[in-house]
Amino acid sequence: MTKPLIEAIAIGASAGAVQALSRILPELPTDYPLPVLVVVHVPPDRTNMLVPLFQAKCQISIREAEDKEPILPGVVYFAPSDYHLLVEADRTISLSADAPAMYSRPSIDFLFESAADTYGPALLGVILTGANEDGAAGLTAVGEAGGLALVEDPAGAYASAMPTAALEAYPMAKTMSLDNIASYLAGLGKMRVA
Amino acid sequence: MRNTTEDIEIQLLLEALYQRYHYDFRHYARASIKRRLKQALMQMEFRSFSALQDGLLHDPTLLPRLLDYLTIQVSEMFRDPFYYRAIREKVVPHLKTYPSLKVWIAGCSGGEELYSFVILFREEGIENRTLFYATDINPEALKTASAGIYALDRIKSFTVNHQKSGGKSSLSDYYTANYGRAVFDESLRNRVVFSDHSLVTDAVFGEMQFVSCRNVLIYFDRSFQDRAVGLFRDTLPRKGFLGLGSKESLRFSTHAGDFGEFVPEEKIYQRREA
Repeated sequence: MTKPLIEAIAIGASAGAVQALSRILPELPTDYPLPVLVVVHVPPDRTNMLVPLFQAKCQISIREAEDKEPILPGVVYFAPSDYHLLVEADRTISLSADAPAMYSRPSIDFLFESAADTYGPALLGVILTGANEDGAAGLTAVGEAGGLALVEDPAGAYASAMPTAALEAYPMAKTMSLDNIASYLAGLGKMRVA
Repeated sequence: MRNTTEDIEIQLLLEALYQRYHYDFRHYARASIKRRLKQALMQMEFRSFSALQDGLLHDPTLLPRLLDYLTIQVSEMFRDPFYYRAIREKVVPHLKTYPSLKVWIAGCSGGEELYSFVILFREEGIENRTLFYATDINPEALKTASAGIYALDRIKSFTVNHQKSGGKSSLSDYYTANYGRAVFDESLRNRVVFSDHSLVTDAVFGEMQFVSCRNVLIYFDRSFQDRAVGLFRDTLPRKGFLGLGSKESLRFSTHAGDFGEFVPEEKIYQRREA
């Protein structure tokens, strides 16, 4: 059976996220043909510094996700502090102030489960370094909807708890080193352009 | 877009809820509603959304429980302290020029935002010329709001927020601690009217100088957002204020032209010339 082309990427990361994403996002070109939705656990009362930080490092467009905006290829959307980021069926973003899940708002599960509903087999979900279990249920939803589930190798991760929990919840997920994840994501762009 | 059996069931459940009880969630942001309904399904122990729909149609006692899942928002007092600081420093000087004021907390949920306003207005010396309208579609939320009782372990963050908002008193002046709960002073409700009101099915009920509606519009789709913002436009006189949640904006609204940005970074708008 051939897999349908990937149409969107969802990434979840917590402790060690900045270093891990600094390895991945700068590899993506300006004309990257996919949207990338990112949830990083950040403290609620701090202005989200991730957007300016990655804007300075990356070619691909980096934005804070806004409620109701259409999800476009070639853009990395970061969840704002203190709001969940969800994907609607019409491929727009919605934000939510629902209670934190696993003490986290934004929650990786909220993003992954809603994105799995919308993109189904055309979604790539990636769980990176982190020190809690958010994302395990989400990655399972991605896999069960036929999408591609990818986990950073816990052995090499800055914090292994989150990738370990994701693998335990969904053992069929593929494991890759951070470097391989970076080149795999960059390669997805090239394959589609060619 | 994938339309699964579950999506069809959800659509039918929301239709049943509307036709049987006139609660309209059909144009809420669907991804959030779906999450909340899944939680309700699990907790209320129905095996499918169709089964829940059947139960709901025939047993009205299930309605309040379902509404709690669909509407209850847990907020904080003085959530986003800089919003309240902006009101204090930039809006209150204008409000002080009015002999009498009406403030509408639309979608007041458990009352955290309401009490923040009343305390701020008291600190700024304009509480006694103000009438506060606190509305919500969920009668249970209104009961919670009018009781003004919160778990004591939440008070610490309320207090920090209050101080950051430029609070001129101590939050502890307004509640008494009692068996792990903070009971907010009855006098804070002297000038509050609590009322059942829907932004999507009800009309406006008077002229307001300030409408605060935070983290409600993000749950609506565009059509519901437009209806709600239309209500705010109609209820606000020229120079009346509208405050939204920190990630909400009028940018995509068909009524955007009726409002000017007053404190853009805190999402406080002002009604333009009618």
